[in-house]
Amino acid sequence: MADAPPLEIHDLTVAYHKKPVLWGVDLVVPPGKLVGIVGPNGAGKSTLIKAAMGLLPVSSGWVKVFGESVAKNFRRVGYVPQRESVDWDFPVSVMDVVLMGRYGKLGLLKRPTKDDHDKARECLDKVKMLPYANRQISNLSGGQQQRVFLARALAQESELYFMDEPFAGVDAATESAIIALLHELRAAGKTLLVVHHDLPTARNYFDMLLLLNMRVVAFGPTEEVFNYETLQKTYGGRLTILSEVAEAVRVKG
Amino acid sequence: MSRSANISSRTNRTIIRLLYLLSSIFYLLCAHSAHAARIGDISETTLWDQALRFFTFQDPSVRYALLGSMLLGISCGLLGSFLVVRKMALVGDALSHAVLPGVALGFLWNMSKDPVAIFIGATLAGLLGAGAVHLIKQTTRLKEDTALGLVLASFFAVGICMVTMIQRLPTGNKSGIDKFLFGQAAAIGASDVKLMAIVTGLAVVVIFAFYKEFLVTSFDAAFARAAGFPAQLIHYTLMLLLAFAVVIALQAVGVVLVSAMLITPAAAAYLLTDRMHRMLLLASLFGMFAGALGAFLSFLGNNLPTGPFMVLAATAVFGMAFFFGPRHGIVARWWRQRSRSARTQRENTLKSIYQVLEGREFQGEGASLRELAERRRETLEEVAQQAAALRAHGLATLHDDGNHVFLTPEGWQRACAIVRNHRLWELYLTHEARLAADHVHEDAEKIEHVLGEETVRELERRLAFAKTDPHGRAIPGLADAQRGTAPGPRDDLVGFGKRP
Repeated sequence: MADAPPLEIHDLTVAYHKKPVLWGVDLVVPPGKLVGIVGPNGAGKSTLIKAAMGLLPVSSGWVKVFGESVAKNFRRVGYVPQRESVDWDFPVSVMDVVLMGRYGKLGLLKRPTKDDHDKARECLDKVKMLPYANRQISNLSGGQQQRVFLARALAQESELYFMDEPFAGVDAATESAIIALLHELRAAGKTLLVVHHDLPTARNYFDMLLLLNMRVVAFGPTEEVFNYETLQKTYGGRLTILSEVAEAVRVKG
Repeated sequence: MSRSANISSRTNRTIIRLLYLLSSIFYLLCAHSAHAARIGDISETTLWDQALRFFTFQDPSVRYALLGSMLLGISCGLLGSFLVVRKMALVGDALSHAVLPGVALGFLWNMSKDPVAIFIGATLAGLLGAGAVHLIKQTTRLKEDTALGLVLASFFAVGICMVTMIQRLPTGNKSGIDKFLFGQAAAIGASDVKLMAIVTGLAVVVIFAFYKEFLVTSFDAAFARAAGFPAQLIHYTLMLLLAFAVVIALQAVGVVLVSAMLITPAAAAYLLTDRMHRMLLLASLFGMFAGALGAFLSFLGNNLPTGPFMVLAATAVFGMAFFFGPRHGIVARWWRQRSRSARTQRENTLKSIYQVLEGREFQGEGASLRELAERRRETLEEVAQQAAALRAHGLATLHDDGNHVFLTPEGWQRACAIVRNHRLWELYLTHEARLAADHVHEDAEKIEHVLGEETVRELERRLAFAKTDPHGRAIPGLADAQRGTAPGPRDDLVGFGKRP
């Protein structure tokens, strides 16, 4: 199964309390691509990546990661959750959090070894957070917290990454650092799916875009997908965002 | 666990012999006065007697009470720590109240206080309660806190009814089942201690073995699940251990207060450290201490309910952490605040001296207190105090009976730095933020004390190393600060007013 795509989703439907939030999603992501998932609020962007990782019960359809179920291949999947999803007052250090990225590779009853510590330090260095290794996580800015999460995902050494709004509420320096890191990962042959909320930058950041609004509106190379019609279909009916769409298209033009 | 029990009983025996020896000597010495005291104040003698009885460990019931209380403190502290960091404190409360019907059922099983029957009954009731909470959450729109409150109260009500019924039974009133409400450490027997040791051992072993699983699922459950950890299973394991810990603590602490033994030591530990493993260690130590002290105080008061004493001991520990914790404690925070404002005050004085010197175009050395007082619009006494503070910190020397303040090299450097910070920031605000020149002073007054070296460099770069502030005054540069410190014959006495 060496040639199986990193992510294949077939007719995926996800419902919360019997109310569908994602309908019949079909998706085949080729390897080594940086894919942006874009859509209005409530479009099911986070739901899609959570369902793809098997974190949510699905109503119908299936997901394959490198040709196998995600339950079998979870070691090849890395995850950067939304920063707000955890309690940053939790009594752990930056190092502890990054080491958690190694936990999945350790067996039952095993503790992180010296190699794991070295690896974690290396990942912290990549996001320029090594000087903060022994800090408690509550003493970090939003951008620094996001970089800690990225370092933890790096420490997972996965091949397919899901990132939930890594650019939300970070400073400009962190944003460019994250983009550089994403490009580096892509150059190393990793596949990345990134939930993104900012239309104007989406065009520049990603190789491929998945336009989502409860179903797949369009999926393909950015230059093909990013046009007025598809964006209007994605954001249709939401007038305030329509002007943003127009602006995004204008910037492109 | 039986081995450690053996060890502790062996240690106990040694301690007993030692204390027995000491206490006999003590008795011989005090015999006379004790007799005298009995005439005046009976209760005091009894207290002494009770304390001695406790510390000699002669009485097996004392040994069991103490050992049991310490064991329950450990398991409650450990598991309570996870409750606190998972924000599930209410769950502990609900669970502890929900077990009461189970205790009563366990008692009814063979009409005696059989620890195993009560343990099984209580655990089942606890799990039933947890299931009820889950069911309410799943099937209605009610949220977890409401579901917990509902289950807590209803299970507790059922439990109280059953306990009252048992007490009305012919054998019931001697059963000691009422002790389960407020706790009675003295009611702990040998078989209870054995059970407590097993449960506490289990909790310690499970948490030690699966520490990384507990840690990652507590911190970030979604990530843990994506990384292949069975978060749900770990959650249920924790709940089961928690139910066990509550049940073994019931007899000594009582249903009403057992949740406090889960939360309070863990909360105190949370305030004192920001690493999970240290929190676990501290919480179990605090729990152990609170258990032992509670058992002792209860025994001292002739078997008063133990639960309240343990909880008060734990609360005292929490109070200490709250007030005197080195990092998050009230006193430490107050102290940091105080030293920060003292530093700000010193820097403001330095700035005023600089301004006085500047007003004289840096002719003459040092500033007199009068000039300083005029500058700062303060009284001479206030300024004299500030000058003394500068001297105490090696930033200035005082001359002419303390009427003249001369900056030391360090004082001059700091004065330059603070003035530079102030003026750079004003300039930055007027240039970059486009604020009017008369709007920026107030802001700079605050910012000047917190600007770091790095930020100052960045500001200078951005402002193209400007020489003057928005009000047209010179911004002292690094060279000015250095020049003042140039070594001279009267180096530590001379002011730094000679600006070429």
